[in-house]
Amino acid sequence: MDKYIEMIRIRFLMMLAYRTDYYTGILIYSINIGAYYFLWNAIYGGKEQIEGLSVVQMTTYVAVSWMARAFYFNNLDREMAQEIMEGKVAIELIRPYNYLGMKTMQGLGEGIFRLFFFSTPGLIIVYFVFPIQFSWEPRVWGFFAISIVLSFLINTQLNLLTGITTFFLYNNAGLIRAKRVVIDLFSGLLLPISFFPGWAQSIMKFLPFQGISYTPSMIFTKGFSHQQAIAAIGQQLIWVIILILPIYVLWRVAKKQLIIQGG
Amino acid sequence: MENVIEVKKLRKEFKAYSSRAGLKGAFRDLFTRNYKIVPAVNDINITVKKGEMVGYIGENGAGKSTTIKMLTGILTPTSGEIIVNGMNPHKEREKFVQTIGVVFGQRSQLWWDIAVQESFRLLKKVYKVSDEDYEQHMQHVIRTLDIEPLLDKPVRKLSLGQRMRCELAAALIHNPPLLFLDEPTIGLDVLVKLKIREFLKEINEKYNTTILLTTHDLSDIEALCERVVMLDEGKVIYDGALRELKEKWGDQKELHFQFLKKVNIKTVQNVTSGLPVEWEVDEKDQTFIAILEDRDELISQVIAKVVAAFKIKDVKINETSTEEIIRKIYEKGAVEVG
Repeated sequence: MDKYIEMIRIRFLMMLAYRTDYYTGILIYSINIGAYYFLWNAIYGGKEQIEGLSVVQMTTYVAVSWMARAFYFNNLDREMAQEIMEGKVAIELIRPYNYLGMKTMQGLGEGIFRLFFFSTPGLIIVYFVFPIQFSWEPRVWGFFAISIVLSFLINTQLNLLTGITTFFLYNNAGLIRAKRVVIDLFSGLLLPISFFPGWAQSIMKFLPFQGISYTPSMIFTKGFSHQQAIAAIGQQLIWVIILILPIYVLWRVAKKQLIIQGG
Repeated sequence: MENVIEVKKLRKEFKAYSSRAGLKGAFRDLFTRNYKIVPAVNDINITVKKGEMVGYIGENGAGKSTTIKMLTGILTPTSGEIIVNGMNPHKEREKFVQTIGVVFGQRSQLWWDIAVQESFRLLKKVYKVSDEDYEQHMQHVIRTLDIEPLLDKPVRKLSLGQRMRCELAAALIHNPPLLFLDEPTIGLDVLVKLKIREFLKEINEKYNTTILLTTHDLSDIEALCERVVMLDEGKVIYDGALRELKEKWGDQKELHFQFLKKVNIKTVQNVTSGLPVEWEVDEKDQTFIAILEDRDELISQVIAKVVAAFKIKDVKINETSTEEIIRKIYEKGAVEVG
């Protein structure tokens, strides 16, 4: 376990090594939150509520989902694709650890770094700039914490899956981009799931994406009742378990037919 | 002595796709692709004993790297048996890699953006090396390779030679009994090369570390290895002592002559007619090279005749270099050593 914790630390150091990335990240996220805030204000116009969410809840939803994204988001798929395409994966395989486990830990290191140095200060700033309502109930925060850990896991698992496909496709930049758009849209980051048409919502119930952003944000904005929150977390957990299977199978197959590119 | 590496009938096949020509061909490739199966490693057998330093040589694409990747558990063989350190590398990968060290000359195993010592620290945790072992062993490694001043620099700021020395240290953090080096001296200057060779010799003596080394620089092999395994098109074409190889193939000498006046090759050949000598001319610096058997009498006869006939500027007697021996073998494609 020691080595995995050490990996989180290393990732911290790497994030610090690229400070510019960090600063531009803050800027991009603030712009996004601001843009969505004004967009939603315009959409609401004078209306009290749309689909059961008030304009304040909506603003909070936007702010929280972007801040949660800072935690669960990572580029593991792109990193893996690069490592596989350049043949660096060979180096990973001569080390006594589980490659996918180590990748997950790198993602976690990145997530924790952003949670402390990015989301938390960001949320405090946003709290003073925009009309946002925070709940101070410990239960909400507790549920939220569990929920974003699970969203991190689901998102990371999807990234690992996309990354592993590089073994078969050799160049999967298109797939990675498509996956990113799908997640942004279907996870409820751009639009709460309850705003989708009924038929789309019923399909998305059977997909893992809403567990990534919609669930934690709805819990935080109290858009979910207590029962709904527990059910949603349960659903996230089920997806985490289900997704282990395709990752395991694909990884086994990939290792068998691995070709190290570039000699 | 015990065998560290035991390989029997090891084989690795790759699918090689070929594209059809033209636009029509490109469309057809969308649906069905032509491929043929190419054996990169073709039923090879190797055994390496503990403490041996073995040079593994071959032309580009001969299958050296593929073999190393199978021996280190990265690639799964198509068929054949591998036992390294008493384990099957790809079956028990995580346990197995704990017992080996690997340096790929063309790939870094250090983390690019962070200081070298941070990479070392992570690897120390990864290989579960205790503080005392690390102190005792790595102090020595760091001193010998002279990388103390580099430890707090990020890898991307190191020169190739500096990085290579750090790579070597990184591969030795857990003091593995078996070390694979895939072109460790590629692109390095003479001083760094010498330092690395000396260091490898030292750990081989001190810890009885088994070393398998691939390189294109035959002086590495000459300096380090008593035994060479030569590979060509996926097959082992020679496995034995380097000395034997030299004795068998290096039975010729070269006499280099430079003359004061311009001389025609025909006239030179006429002078030594009757003697078993072959003449070559190096046009660039007007050197005439006589290739002949390594017999003292013959050599002095040839020199005497040439000196008597022409005015001499320079004479050199050269032994056939290892490089030339290897080149000859590649050209012939096989070795028969009794």
